[in-house]
Amino acid sequence: MQVTMMVNDVEVTREIEGRLLLVHFLRDVLSLTGTHWGCDTSNCGTCVVWLDGEPVKSCTVLAAMAGGHEVRTVEGLAKGSELDPIQEGFRQCHGLQCGFCTPGMMMTCRALLDKNPDPTDAEIREAISGQICRCTGYSTIVRSVRWASVHEAAAVNQ
Amino acid sequence: MQVPAPFEYERATSVDQAIGLLERLGSSARLVAGGHSLLPMMKLRLANFDYLIDINPLHAELGYIRLTADDVRIGALTRHRELLESDELAAAFPIFRDAERVIADPVVRNRGTLGGSLCQADPSEDLSAVCTTLDASCVIRGPGGAERVVTMEEFHVGPYETAVGDDEMLTEVRLPLRAGGGSAYEKVERRAGDWAVVSAGAAVWLAADGTIADARVGLAAVGPNTTGIPQISAALRGRAPAEELYEQAGAIAARSCDPATDQRGSADYKRHLADELTRRTLRTAVVRARS
Repeated sequence: MQVTMMVNDVEVTREIEGRLLLVHFLRDVLSLTGTHWGCDTSNCGTCVVWLDGEPVKSCTVLAAMAGGHEVRTVEGLAKGSELDPIQEGFRQCHGLQCGFCTPGMMMTCRALLDKNPDPTDAEIREAISGQICRCTGYSTIVRSVRWASVHEAAAVNQ
Repeated sequence: MQVPAPFEYERATSVDQAIGLLERLGSSARLVAGGHSLLPMMKLRLANFDYLIDINPLHAELGYIRLTADDVRIGALTRHRELLESDELAAAFPIFRDAERVIADPVVRNRGTLGGSLCQADPSEDLSAVCTTLDASCVIRGPGGAERVVTMEEFHVGPYETAVGDDEMLTEVRLPLRAGGGSAYEKVERRAGDWAVVSAGAAVWLAADGTIADARVGLAAVGPNTTGIPQISAALRGRAPAEELYEQAGAIAARSCDPATDQRGSADYKRHLADELTRRTLRTAVVRARS
Protein backbone atom coordinates (compact mmCIF):
# COMPACT_ATOMS: atom_id res chain seq x y z
CA MET A 1 0.00 0.00 0.00
CA GLN A 2 1.04 3.60 -0.49
CA VAL A 3 1.35 6.00 2.42
CA THR A 4 1.90 9.75 2.42
CA MET A 5 2.67 11.77 5.53
CA MET A 6 4.53 14.85 6.69
CA VAL A 7 7.75 14.03 8.54
CA ASN A 8 9.54 17.00 10.07
CA ASP A 9 7.68 19.32 7.68
CA VAL A 10 8.64 17.32 4.59
CA GLU A 11 6.04 15.33 2.66
CA VAL A 12 7.07 11.73 2.08
CA THR A 13 5.31 9.04 0.03
CA ARG A 14 6.40 5.41 0.16
CA GLU A 15 5.13 1.97 -0.75
CA ILE A 16 4.89 -0.07 2.47
CA GLU A 17 3.44 -3.23 3.97
CA GLY A 18 0.36 -2.71 6.14
CA ARG A 19 2.13 -4.28 9.11
CA LEU A 20 5.13 -1.93 9.04
CA LEU A 21 5.48 -0.11 12.35
CA LEU A 22 6.10 3.63 12.39
CA VAL A 23 9.44 3.22 14.19
CA HIS A 24 10.77 0.98 11.40
CA PHE A 25 9.32 3.24 8.71
CA LEU A 26 11.25 6.17 10.18
CA ARG A 27 14.49 4.28 10.75
CA ASP A 28 14.67 1.78 7.89
CA VAL A 29 12.66 3.44 5.12
CA LEU A 30 13.46 7.11 5.76
CA SER A 31 16.87 6.50 7.43
CA LEU A 32 15.88 8.79 10.31
CA THR A 33 17.76 6.78 12.91
CA GLY A 34 17.52 9.44 15.60
CA THR A 35 14.36 7.70 16.78
CA HIS A 36 15.51 4.65 18.68
CA TRP A 37 13.92 1.24 18.73
CA GLY A 38 13.97 -0.38 22.16
CA CYS A 39 11.66 -2.76 23.97
CA ASP A 40 9.13 -3.21 21.17
CA THR A 41 6.36 -3.50 23.80
CA SER A 42 5.48 0.18 24.41
CA ASN A 43 7.17 0.12 27.81
CA CYS A 44 10.54 1.85 27.38
CA GLY A 45 9.58 4.97 25.41
CA THR A 46 12.81 5.44 23.48
CA CYS A 47 10.77 5.33 20.23
CA VAL A 48 8.56 8.32 21.15
CA VAL A 49 7.80 10.67 18.26
CA TRP A 50 4.99 13.15 17.77
CA LEU A 51 1.88 12.30 15.81
CA ASP A 52 0.00 15.54 15.14
CA GLY A 53 1.91 17.14 18.01
CA GLU A 54 1.19 14.42 20.60
CA PRO A 55 3.93 12.09 21.84
CA VAL A 56 3.26 8.47 20.85
CA LYS A 57 5.26 5.24 21.10
CA SER A 58 6.11 4.55 17.48
CA CYS A 59 6.73 0.82 18.08
CA THR A 60 2.99 0.49 18.67
CA VAL A 61 1.70 2.68 15.86
CA LEU A 62 1.42 1.38 12.30
CA ALA A 63 3.14 3.54 9.70
CA ALA A 64 -0.14 3.35 7.77
CA MET A 65 -1.94 4.98 10.71
CA ALA A 66 0.28 8.04 10.28
CA GLY A 67 -0.83 8.45 6.67
CA GLY A 68 -2.22 11.94 6.14
CA HIS A 69 -0.83 13.08 9.48
CA GLU A 70 2.18 15.03 10.73
CA VAL A 71 5.07 13.22 12.35
CA ARG A 72 7.92 14.94 14.16
CA THR A 73 11.06 13.14 15.26
CA VAL A 74 14.12 14.18 17.24
CA GLU A 75 15.70 15.25 13.92
CA GLY A 76 12.97 17.90 13.72
CA LEU A 77 13.71 19.52 17.09
CA ALA A 78 16.61 21.80 16.23
CA LYS A 79 16.12 24.81 13.99
CA GLY A 80 19.06 24.45 11.61
CA SER A 81 22.20 24.60 13.73
CA GLU A 82 20.34 26.10 16.69
CA LEU A 83 19.47 23.46 19.27
CA ASP A 84 16.03 23.44 20.83
CA PRO A 85 16.23 24.58 24.49
CA ILE A 86 15.35 21.06 25.57
CA GLN A 87 18.38 19.72 23.67
CA GLU A 88 20.57 22.45 25.14
CA GLY A 89 19.21 21.60 28.60
CA PHE A 90 20.15 17.93 28.22
CA ARG A 91 23.61 19.06 27.11
CA GLN A 92 24.09 21.58 29.93
CA CYS A 93 22.75 19.41 32.75
CA HIS A 94 24.12 16.03 31.69
CA GLY A 95 20.64 14.70 30.93
CA LEU A 96 22.14 11.67 29.25
CA GLN A 97 24.95 9.21 29.57
CA CYS A 98 24.59 6.45 26.99
CA GLY A 99 21.97 8.42 25.06
CA PHE A 100 19.71 5.51 24.16
CA CYS A 101 16.57 6.89 25.84
CA THR A 102 17.38 10.50 24.93
CA PRO A 103 15.41 10.99 21.69
CA GLY A 104 12.20 9.73 23.27
CA MET A 105 12.83 11.69 26.48
CA MET A 106 13.40 14.92 24.57
CA MET A 107 10.28 14.52 22.42
CA THR A 108 8.10 13.91 25.48
CA CYS A 109 9.69 16.72 27.47
CA ARG A 110 9.39 19.21 24.58
CA ALA A 111 5.69 18.38 24.34
CA LEU A 112 5.37 18.83 28.11
CA LEU A 113 6.93 22.31 27.99
CA ASP A 114 4.70 23.28 25.07
CA LYS A 115 1.64 22.55 27.22
CA ASN A 116 3.07 23.49 30.60
CA PRO A 117 6.00 25.94 30.34
CA ASP A 118 6.81 25.80 34.07
CA PRO A 119 6.32 22.22 35.26
CA THR A 120 7.16 21.07 38.77
CA ASP A 121 9.64 18.24 39.25
CA ALA A 122 6.69 15.94 40.00
CA GLU A 123 4.99 16.94 36.75
CA ILE A 124 8.19 16.26 34.80
CA ARG A 125 8.54 12.85 36.42
CA GLU A 126 4.91 12.06 35.68
CA ALA A 127 5.37 13.07 32.02
CA ILE A 128 8.32 10.68 31.57
CA SER A 129 6.86 7.90 33.71
CA GLY A 130 6.35 5.75 30.62
CA GLN A 131 10.00 6.00 29.64
CA ILE A 132 13.00 4.20 31.01
CA CYS A 133 16.52 5.56 31.56
CA ARG A 134 19.07 3.12 32.97
CA CYS A 135 21.92 5.64 33.34
CA THR A 136 20.88 8.88 34.97
CA GLY A 137 18.48 7.89 37.71
CA TYR A 138 16.28 10.57 36.11
CA SER A 139 17.56 13.40 38.34
CA THR A 140 19.63 15.01 35.62
CA ILE A 141 16.78 14.59 33.12
CA VAL A 142 14.46 16.49 35.45
CA ARG A 143 17.18 19.12 35.88
CA SER A 144 17.60 19.39 32.09
CA VAL A 145 13.90 20.05 31.60
CA ARG A 146 13.98 22.65 34.38
CA TRP A 147 16.95 24.29 32.61
CA ALA A 148 14.97 24.50 29.37
CA SER A 149 11.93 25.84 31.19
CA VAL A 150 13.87 28.59 32.97
CA HIS A 151 15.83 29.60 29.86
CA GLU A 152 12.74 29.69 27.69
CA ALA A 153 10.98 31.90 30.22
CA ALA A 154 14.02 34.21 30.32
CA ALA A 155 14.10 34.39 26.50
CA VAL A 156 10.41 35.31 26.42
CA ASN A 157 10.92 38.04 29.03
CA GLN A 158 13.79 39.65 27.13
CA MET B 1 12.31 -7.47 15.69
CA GLN B 2 8.69 -8.02 16.61
CA VAL B 3 6.19 -7.24 13.88
CA PRO B 4 2.67 -8.52 13.34
CA ALA B 5 2.05 -11.22 10.72
CA PRO B 6 1.05 -9.79 7.34
CA PHE B 7 -2.42 -8.29 7.06
CA GLU B 8 -4.31 -5.93 4.80
CA TYR B 9 -4.75 -2.44 6.23
CA GLU B 10 -8.10 -0.76 5.67
CA ARG B 11 -8.96 2.75 6.73
CA ALA B 12 -12.45 3.52 8.02
CA THR B 13 -14.24 6.49 6.50
CA SER B 14 -17.44 6.22 8.55
CA VAL B 15 -18.95 3.98 11.22
CA ASP B 16 -21.28 2.33 8.74
CA GLN B 17 -18.54 1.84 6.16
CA ALA B 18 -16.41 0.12 8.84
CA ILE B 19 -19.33 -2.10 9.82
CA GLY B 20 -19.88 -2.86 6.12
CA LEU B 21 -16.26 -4.02 5.90
CA LEU B 22 -16.70 -6.16 9.03
CA GLU B 23 -19.86 -7.65 7.54
CA ARG B 24 -17.99 -8.62 4.39
CA LEU B 25 -14.75 -9.82 6.03
CA GLY B 26 -16.19 -11.54 9.12
CA SER B 27 -13.89 -12.86 11.83
CA SER B 28 -10.80 -12.44 9.63
CA ALA B 29 -11.01 -8.68 10.29
CA ARG B 30 -10.60 -6.64 13.43
CA LEU B 31 -11.06 -2.99 14.27
CA VAL B 32 -7.98 -1.22 15.60
CA ALA B 33 -8.16 2.04 17.55
CA GLY B 34 -5.23 3.00 19.82
CA GLY B 35 -3.69 -0.38 19.09
CA HIS B 36 -1.78 -0.54 22.37
CA SER B 37 -3.32 -3.88 23.32
CA LEU B 38 -3.99 -5.36 19.89
CA LEU B 39 -0.66 -4.65 18.18
CA PRO B 40 1.45 -6.16 21.00
CA MET B 41 -0.77 -9.27 20.88
CA MET B 42 -0.34 -9.46 17.11
CA LYS B 43 3.43 -9.11 17.46
CA LEU B 44 3.39 -12.13 19.77
CA ARG B 45 1.02 -14.03 17.43
CA LEU B 46 -1.51 -14.24 20.26
CA ALA B 47 -3.90 -12.62 17.78
CA ASN B 48 -3.83 -12.90 13.99
CA PHE B 49 -6.09 -11.20 11.50
CA ASP B 50 -6.13 -10.96 7.72
CA TYR B 51 -7.49 -7.42 7.86
CA LEU B 52 -7.14 -4.54 10.29
CA ILE B 53 -9.64 -1.74 9.96
CA ASP B 54 -8.19 1.48 11.36
CA ILE B 55 -10.99 3.48 12.98
CA ASN B 56 -8.79 6.34 14.20
CA PRO B 57 -10.11 8.51 11.31
CA LEU B 58 -13.52 8.34 13.04
CA HIS B 59 -12.28 10.22 16.11
CA ALA B 60 -14.23 13.35 15.17
CA GLU B 61 -17.39 11.25 15.08
CA LEU B 62 -16.76 8.91 18.03
CA GLY B 63 -14.50 10.92 20.34
CA TYR B 64 -16.75 12.88 22.70
CA ILE B 65 -17.99 13.27 26.26
CA ARG B 66 -21.57 14.56 26.40
CA LEU B 67 -23.66 15.32 29.46
CA THR B 68 -27.41 14.86 29.12
CA ALA B 69 -30.06 15.27 31.82
CA ASP B 70 -29.97 11.52 32.56
CA ASP B 71 -26.51 10.29 31.75
CA VAL B 72 -23.01 10.95 30.52
CA ARG B 73 -22.36 9.59 27.03
CA ILE B 74 -18.83 8.85 25.95
CA GLY B 75 -17.86 7.98 22.39
CA ALA B 76 -15.92 4.74 22.04
CA LEU B 77 -12.92 6.48 20.42
CA THR B 78 -12.44 8.93 23.30
CA ARG B 79 -8.81 8.62 24.31
CA HIS B 80 -7.51 8.06 27.84
CA ARG B 81 -5.98 11.52 27.86
CA GLU B 82 -9.33 13.08 26.99
CA LEU B 83 -11.04 11.12 29.76
CA LEU B 84 -8.35 12.23 32.22
CA GLU B 85 -8.51 15.89 31.25
CA SER B 86 -12.30 16.28 31.14
CA ASP B 87 -13.40 18.44 34.08
CA GLU B 88 -17.04 17.70 33.30
CA LEU B 89 -16.44 13.97 33.58
CA ALA B 90 -14.37 14.37 36.76
CA ALA B 91 -17.16 16.43 38.33
CA ALA B 92 -19.83 13.85 37.48
CA PHE B 93 -17.70 10.74 38.11
CA PRO B 94 -14.40 11.43 39.91
CA ILE B 95 -13.66 7.68 39.62
CA PHE B 96 -12.65 8.31 35.99
CA ARG B 97 -9.87 10.74 36.86
CA ASP B 98 -8.69 8.49 39.71
CA ALA B 99 -8.43 5.58 37.30
CA GLU B 100 -6.99 7.44 34.33
CA ARG B 101 -4.13 8.78 36.44
CA VAL B 102 -2.91 5.19 36.92
CA ILE B 103 -3.74 3.65 33.55
CA ALA B 104 -0.56 2.93 31.58
CA ASP B 105 1.51 6.14 31.21
CA PRO B 106 0.91 9.59 29.69
CA VAL B 107 2.27 8.68 26.25
CA VAL B 108 0.20 5.49 25.98
CA ARG B 109 -2.82 7.47 27.20
CA ASN B 110 -2.45 9.69 24.12
CA ARG B 111 -3.45 6.70 21.96
CA GLY B 112 -5.53 4.23 23.97
CA THR B 113 -9.32 4.55 23.87
CA LEU B 114 -12.30 3.76 26.07
CA GLY B 115 -13.85 1.48 23.46
CA GLY B 116 -10.60 -0.35 22.85
CA SER B 117 -10.12 -0.93 26.56
CA LEU B 118 -13.60 -2.39 26.99
CA CYS B 119 -13.42 -4.50 23.82
CA GLN B 120 -10.06 -5.91 24.87
CA ALA B 121 -11.95 -7.28 27.90
CA ASP B 122 -8.77 -7.96 29.81
CA PRO B 123 -9.79 -8.91 33.37
CA SER B 124 -6.96 -6.71 34.70
CA GLU B 125 -8.09 -3.69 32.71
CA ASP B 126 -9.15 -0.68 34.77
CA LEU B 127 -11.86 1.00 32.67
CA SER B 128 -13.96 -2.17 32.60
CA ALA B 129 -13.98 -2.06 36.41
CA VAL B 130 -14.85 1.65 36.32
CA CYS B 131 -17.74 1.10 33.91
CA THR B 132 -18.99 -1.87 35.93
CA THR B 133 -18.88 0.24 39.09
CA LEU B 134 -20.91 2.99 37.41
CA ASP B 135 -23.47 0.53 36.00
CA ALA B 136 -22.63 1.61 32.46
CA SER B 137 -24.41 0.41 29.38
CA CYS B 138 -22.75 -0.10 26.01
CA VAL B 139 -24.19 0.88 22.65
CA ILE B 140 -23.33 -1.69 19.97
CA ARG B 141 -23.99 -0.86 16.34
CA GLY B 142 -24.44 -3.47 13.64
CA PRO B 143 -25.28 -3.75 9.93
CA GLY B 144 -27.98 -1.46 8.59
CA GLY B 145 -27.50 0.99 11.46
CA ALA B 146 -29.15 -1.37 13.95
CA GLU B 147 -28.22 -0.46 17.53
CA ARG B 148 -28.58 -2.44 20.72
CA VAL B 149 -27.75 -1.43 24.27
CA VAL B 150 -26.31 -3.95 26.73
CA THR B 151 -25.27 -3.78 30.38
CA MET B 152 -21.61 -4.25 31.38
CA GLU B 153 -22.51 -7.72 32.69
CA GLU B 154 -23.89 -8.65 29.29
CA PHE B 155 -21.05 -6.90 27.47
CA HIS B 156 -18.25 -8.74 29.24
CA VAL B 157 -18.70 -12.39 28.19
CA GLY B 158 -15.36 -13.63 29.52
CA PRO B 159 -11.64 -12.89 29.36
CA TYR B 160 -10.93 -11.20 26.01
CA GLU B 161 -14.49 -11.91 24.92
CA THR B 162 -17.35 -9.45 24.58
CA ALA B 163 -20.92 -9.33 23.31
CA VAL B 164 -19.76 -7.38 20.25
CA GLY B 165 -20.32 -9.59 17.19
CA ASP B 166 -17.96 -9.98 14.22
CA ASP B 167 -19.97 -7.44 12.23
CA GLU B 168 -20.60 -5.00 15.07
CA MET B 169 -18.87 -2.05 16.70
CA LEU B 170 -19.02 -0.59 20.21
CA THR B 171 -19.86 3.05 19.57
CA GLU B 172 -20.80 4.61 22.90
CA VAL B 173 -20.77 4.04 26.65
CA ARG B 174 -23.56 5.53 28.77
CA LEU B 175 -23.17 6.24 32.46
CA PRO B 176 -26.44 6.90 34.30
CA LEU B 177 -26.53 10.09 36.41
CA ARG B 178 -28.19 9.74 39.80
CA ALA B 179 -28.57 12.24 42.62
CA GLY B 180 -26.25 12.19 45.64
CA GLY B 181 -23.48 10.26 43.94
CA GLY B 182 -19.79 9.92 44.76
CA SER B 183 -17.17 7.57 43.35
CA ALA B 184 -13.50 6.63 43.68
CA TYR B 185 -10.87 4.28 42.28
CA GLU B 186 -7.66 2.84 43.70
CA LYS B 187 -5.06 0.63 42.15
CA VAL B 188 -2.03 -1.12 43.56
CA GLU B 189 0.64 -1.63 40.91
CA ARG B 190 4.25 -2.75 41.06
CA ARG B 191 5.54 0.24 39.12
CA ALA B 192 4.18 3.16 37.10
CA GLY B 193 2.25 1.99 34.06
CA ASP B 194 1.98 -1.66 35.04
CA TRP B 195 -1.15 -3.75 35.13
CA ALA B 196 -2.94 -3.76 38.47
CA VAL B 197 -2.00 -6.19 41.19
CA VAL B 198 -5.57 -5.41 42.23
CA SER B 199 -7.82 -2.41 41.53
CA ALA B 200 -11.12 -1.45 43.08
CA GLY B 201 -13.76 1.09 42.18
CA ALA B 202 -16.67 2.18 44.34
CA ALA B 203 -19.71 4.34 43.72
CA VAL B 204 -22.30 5.34 46.31
CA TRP B 205 -25.52 7.29 46.05
CA LEU B 206 -26.75 8.89 49.27
CA ALA B 207 -30.41 9.47 50.07
CA ALA B 208 -31.61 12.82 51.47
CA ASP B 209 -31.36 11.42 55.03
CA GLY B 210 -27.70 10.55 54.50
CA THR B 211 -28.16 6.78 54.26
CA ILE B 212 -26.83 4.80 51.35
CA ALA B 213 -29.53 4.61 48.67
CA ASP B 214 -27.32 2.43 46.49
CA ALA B 215 -23.68 1.40 46.19
CA ARG B 216 -21.61 -0.56 43.71
CA VAL B 217 -18.11 -1.98 43.83
CA GLY B 218 -16.10 -3.23 40.84
CA LEU B 219 -12.79 -5.07 41.02
CA ALA B 220 -10.08 -5.72 38.44
CA ALA B 221 -7.32 -8.33 38.28
CA VAL B 222 -8.91 -10.70 40.79
CA GLY B 223 -10.35 -13.37 38.52
CA PRO B 224 -11.36 -14.24 34.98
CA ASN B 225 -14.01 -11.55 34.82
CA THR B 226 -14.36 -7.89 35.68
CA THR B 227 -17.67 -8.00 37.44
CA GLY B 228 -19.57 -6.10 40.07
CA ILE B 229 -20.34 -7.63 43.44
CA PRO B 230 -24.12 -7.53 44.02
CA GLN B 231 -23.76 -8.83 47.60
CA ILE B 232 -21.89 -5.64 48.53
CA SER B 233 -24.67 -3.49 47.09
CA ALA B 234 -27.23 -5.51 49.05
CA ALA B 235 -25.22 -5.17 52.28
CA LEU B 236 -24.87 -1.40 51.96
CA ARG B 237 -28.31 -0.30 50.76
CA GLY B 238 -30.39 1.50 53.37
CA ARG B 239 -27.54 1.68 55.88
CA ALA B 240 -25.82 4.77 57.24
CA PRO B 241 -22.20 5.12 56.05
CA ALA B 242 -19.83 3.88 58.75
CA GLU B 243 -16.40 2.32 59.12
CA GLU B 244 -17.91 -1.04 60.21
CA LEU B 245 -19.97 -1.08 57.05
CA TYR B 246 -16.89 -0.58 54.86
CA GLU B 247 -15.19 -3.41 56.74
CA GLN B 248 -18.14 -5.63 56.03
CA ALA B 249 -18.03 -4.69 52.34
CA GLY B 250 -14.29 -5.34 52.21
CA ALA B 251 -14.78 -8.79 53.70
CA ILE B 252 -17.41 -9.59 51.07
CA ALA B 253 -15.05 -8.36 48.31
CA ALA B 254 -12.23 -10.60 49.57
CA ARG B 255 -14.59 -13.57 49.75
CA SER B 256 -16.25 -13.04 46.38
CA CYS B 257 -13.17 -12.64 44.22
CA ASP B 258 -11.10 -15.40 42.66
CA PRO B 259 -7.51 -14.20 42.28
CA ALA B 260 -4.64 -16.36 41.05
CA THR B 261 -1.13 -16.43 42.45
CA ASP B 262 1.27 -15.02 39.86
CA GLN B 263 4.34 -12.81 39.56
CA ARG B 264 2.28 -9.84 40.78
CA GLY B 265 1.44 -11.43 44.11
CA SER B 266 -0.12 -14.34 45.92
CA ALA B 267 -3.85 -15.02 45.87
CA ASP B 268 -3.94 -14.26 49.60
CA TYR B 269 -2.27 -10.90 49.12
CA LYS B 270 -4.69 -10.03 46.33
CA ARG B 271 -7.66 -10.92 48.53
CA HIS B 272 -6.20 -8.66 51.19
CA LEU B 273 -5.95 -5.87 48.60
CA ALA B 274 -9.52 -6.45 47.40
CA ASP B 275 -10.65 -6.01 51.02
CA GLU B 276 -8.51 -2.95 51.75
CA LEU B 277 -9.13 -1.15 48.44
CA THR B 278 -12.87 -1.74 48.71
CA ARG B 279 -12.87 -0.05 52.13
CA ARG B 280 -10.73 2.85 50.95
CA THR B 281 -12.73 3.56 47.81
CA LEU B 282 -16.06 3.34 49.65
CA ARG B 283 -14.75 5.75 52.28
CA THR B 284 -13.62 8.24 49.61
CA ALA B 285 -16.80 7.82 47.55
CA VAL B 286 -18.96 8.66 50.59
CA VAL B 287 -16.87 11.76 51.37
CA ARG B 288 -17.25 12.88 47.76
CA ALA B 289 -20.99 12.15 47.73
CA ARG B 290 -21.39 14.40 50.76
CA SER B 291 -19.43 17.30 49.32
